[in-house]
Amino acid sequence: MNVTIVDYQSGNISSVINSFTEVAKDKVNLEVTSDIKKIKVSDKIVLPGQGSFKSCVDSLNNINGLVDTLKEFAITNKKPLLGICVGLQMFADVGYEEAETKGLGWISGKVSRINNQNGKFKLPHIGWNEIEIQKESKIFKDIKNKSHMYFVHSYEFIPEDKSVISATTEYSSKIVCSIERENLFGTQFHPEKSDKTGLKIIDNFIKL
Amino acid sequence: MLKNRIIPCLDVKNGRVVKGINFVELKDAGDPVEQAKIYSNGGADEICFLDITASNENRDTIIDIVRKTAKECFVPLTVGGGVRTIQNITDLLLAGADKVSINTAAVKNVDFVKDASKKFGSQCIVVAIDAKKVSEKKWEVFTHGGRNKTGIDAVEFAKQVEANGAGEILLTSMDKDGTKSGYDVDLLKAITASTNIPVIASGGVGTLDHLYDGIVKGGASAVLAASIFHYGEYKIKDAKEYLNSKNVSVRL
Repeated sequence: MNVTIVDYQSGNISSVINSFTEVAKDKVNLEVTSDIKKIKVSDKIVLPGQGSFKSCVDSLNNINGLVDTLKEFAITNKKPLLGICVGLQMFADVGYEEAETKGLGWISGKVSRINNQNGKFKLPHIGWNEIEIQKESKIFKDIKNKSHMYFVHSYEFIPEDKSVISATTEYSSKIVCSIERENLFGTQFHPEKSDKTGLKIIDNFIKL
Repeated sequence: MLKNRIIPCLDVKNGRVVKGINFVELKDAGDPVEQAKIYSNGGADEICFLDITASNENRDTIIDIVRKTAKECFVPLTVGGGVRTIQNITDLLLAGADKVSINTAAVKNVDFVKDASKKFGSQCIVVAIDAKKVSEKKWEVFTHGGRNKTGIDAVEFAKQVEANGAGEILLTSMDKDGTKSGYDVDLLKAITASTNIPVIASGGVGTLDHLYDGIVKGGASAVLAASIFHYGEYKIKDAKEYLNSKNVSVRL
């Protein structure tokens, strides 16, 4: 099986590479690339994302044909894709970090700054928080409700269709922290930094 | 609910772990990669490496340590010490660090914080502030491991780095560091009350009660400690169980 981590020159993806390498061992062929030909023949794709919504979208658009290739992979061909942090946020129609920016538009919704109730909650939301599982998700196999995951973000994805939400976390309000719609998966938290529980989520995705 | 973090810090010099008593008199105590693994397996919420001689010496040793550690520890890794350029940050992140902490370079030029957070995202830019009390309720920023006075007010500087995109503040009391007499709670309170980003308390932990004070009295989002964990007085688990018993929420 070929799993590709999309390296589109946006932010630091070393930890994603390290954790997938740890889980994949010899079972899976792991590629880290933005080469469209390689992405097309992958079985699964991981779309990481760090920095702002705008910088990530801009970086994706900078690579000729990448957005179309990802869309064909995930939307037309319905092959498994996991978005992490801003990687998930980019599924939305629009994001408001830095400037209003058009997202991939795969799952209707927007990405807005967390309402921190006038400074009552510090932003970024950094650290370990419990996830509340809202529906069964293939990547949550053997993951207990209220497991701790590592978060670092100031913006949240608000999907229109709430049925895509697979988990939320409590920080000033219920924040969407995981989604599943058919072959599309996304986590706002960082499984690659969430210790053994996070590695289990990666393992679940690889074993899909 | 967001948990309060416990972060063991490993001071590294020439590829070996040391812990300074008031930043002098260093004791050698182990291999950083092994130490980090022990902490990570023991429930540390993050790991912090501080390259204490980076200002003067070769930085390649720390890059190599970060690379090895990042392959074995799957909790966030922060690296500080001698981070002066965008290239330094790129090198550390590529080696596997999740965050870098900037100290002297931020004081010299706060635009560096802005440039770095713009390029890499606020989530990976920690500004380390070393502060010393100068009068009642007044603290000043020091650099170069506490050797150089800057004349800059610590509270004002904290607000300034927040405005320039720092994602977190790592606040060390130079008066308390190495004394084991507890954090400077007043300093913590002053900084946490005037900023809206998470503050990590550092400098002075000698007992588990000090961790409690940092979080509950000082308002810190995370507590950093070195020697109480490093010399085996307490395990990370002891600290967490203690805090939990006092109704401070931690990741157990």
